Amino acid sequence: MIKIFRAIRHYLRMRKIRRRNRSLGVDIVLTIFLAFFGLFSLFPLWMIIINAFKPMSEVFVFPPRIFVENPTINNFFDLGAIIEEFDIPFSRYAFNTVFITALGTFGTVLLGSMAAFPLAKYEFPGSKFMSQLIVYSLMFSGSVTAIPNYFIMSGLGLIDTHWAIVLPAVGGTLGLYLMKNFMVQIPDELLEAAKIDGANEMQTFFGTVMPLCKPAWITVIIFSVQGLWGNGGGVFIYSEELKPLSYVLSQIVGSGIARTGVSSVVSLIMIIVPIAVFVISQSNVMETMASSGMKG
Amino acid sequence: MNKKKKEPFSVVWQRHKSKYLMILPFGLLFVLFTVLPVAAAMLLSLTSFNMAEMPKFVGLENYINLLVQDDIFLIAVKNTFVLALVTGPLSYLMCFMLAWLINELPPIPRAFLTLVFYAPSLSGNAFMFWKLFFSSDSYGFANAWGMKLGIIDEPVLFFSTAEAILPILIIVQLWLSLGVSFLAFIAGLQTVDKSLYEAAAVEGIKNRWQELWYITLPSMKPQLMFGAVMQITNSLSISSISTELAGFPSVAYAGHTILIHLHDYGNVRYEMGYACTIAVILFFIMLICNVLVQKLLRKIG
Repeated sequence: MIKIFRAIRHYLRMRKIRRRNRSLGVDIVLTIFLAFFGLFSLFPLWMIIINAFKPMSEVFVFPPRIFVENPTINNFFDLGAIIEEFDIPFSRYAFNTVFITALGTFGTVLLGSMAAFPLAKYEFPGSKFMSQLIVYSLMFSGSVTAIPNYFIMSGLGLIDTHWAIVLPAVGGTLGLYLMKNFMVQIPDELLEAAKIDGANEMQTFFGTVMPLCKPAWITVIIFSVQGLWGNGGGVFIYSEELKPLSYVLSQIVGSGIARTGVSSVVSLIMIIVPIAVFVISQSNVMETMASSGMKG
Repeated sequence: MNKKKKEPFSVVWQRHKSKYLMILPFGLLFVLFTVLPVAAAMLLSLTSFNMAEMPKFVGLENYINLLVQDDIFLIAVKNTFVLALVTGPLSYLMCFMLAWLINELPPIPRAFLTLVFYAPSLSGNAFMFWKLFFSSDSYGFANAWGMKLGIIDEPVLFFSTAEAILPILIIVQLWLSLGVSFLAFIAGLQTVDKSLYEAAAVEGIKNRWQELWYITLPSMKPQLMFGAVMQITNSLSISSISTELAGFPSVAYAGHTILIHLHDYGNVRYEMGYACTIAVILFFIMLICNVLVQKLLRKIG
């Protein structure tokens, strides 16, 4: 009996040491808080998954159900049937999106990190000014510049090509900013060593810096995929055969509640790729974001 | 610094050639699609330009019309600020609080909850679910649950009710807003030196709130500033959730924002000069808000 009492006392004491400055009451309140926001965050995504497998008979039930009783994959076949009726094969839309996403992401990582490296590691005339410019460019969204962008695209003859989506994305500054902040942490000795071996900046960059920056460019890949995968082409692409996946899928979703199941399947398809990319690379993202801060 | 500037360009170029060349490809795109458009928008905002004829210089006429005659623009400004003032600070706080709470968990639950909270901003058009949630018949969750609990007697036509639109947009925007800054905060919290907490406990810090204020917040000031920029820019750029959920134009312009007004004149009416005026004003609103908040945050800790 005394042994058990001692064991409990020991456990409590250990807990106290481990959890200094924590009280059980506040813990409970904060856990409830966390659970509430967790549910708020998850609920729509949960319903999209549920609705994707709901048979028609369960869509029109009062009150709406948050579970599915007789799951079906008919919605997937229905979507297939809708897609078959398109003039343009579905694979063409999918190709467009994959092409835009892949090219845009590759360009963002390559050009962004190439520009980030000198700005992060060297001082030269204009370097401070450029870094400032990058920070200021984060302070407004691209939609502000959309109209002149259209004229510039049109002047370059890029309207109705995939480049109209890819090039501005590659010219975006968030990727460069994150890369640059990550590169600042690379020890100067490593760069010196490369220099002594006779490498110029370009060789140092590809040989030494890029391998060290893997977490940073994986993060940039995620943000870039996230942004480009859902791009609908907007006003820049009007030829049907050049439109991306997101455009055609949003056409299907737009047609109302009767197709709840089908639109949920659509949403599911659009979500899965960015989420998969994020899950696979989460730890790398965290490492990069740790260095994302702005200096005062 | 001044001494350096006096060096002839050729010397500077010789010494730093490879650095400039590495920046050049990105720099070109940046100038072409960010610097040039901002400058062009400012110039075009002084013109009347319908794309059929050459732009005609009209001075400040667009600005005067916008501020004096365009009542809908004033509604848009009001809505934009209401949305930004509510969702901006709230989402910032949410990002930080949730990141802070998650940070105390063991790695696997932490990774899982990070995904749970970040997933909405990853999920593209999944916010369309909220249209279903607030759907105007009794098959929508809001109406169904409201009726079941006896709060309402008959279905509310949420998106046709002007008073309901802004609150709905706020909910949806908050749902979407745990984005880049949330990740920045989680990562920032993990880099705070753990020994600081132990030292602080010895020094007499009594609870987690004091820990938060005296150690955690000052240690992650850079991430806090970065997160603020992201949240402010996002909360001032609300547009597609409004047009997709509440339609365009929304009932009594209840969901009309500056950005929607910009799209209206740019993409629908082709009054490009006027649209650029709106863009320039939004540009300065974003810039000024960001600079002010940066100044404010610098004072923390």
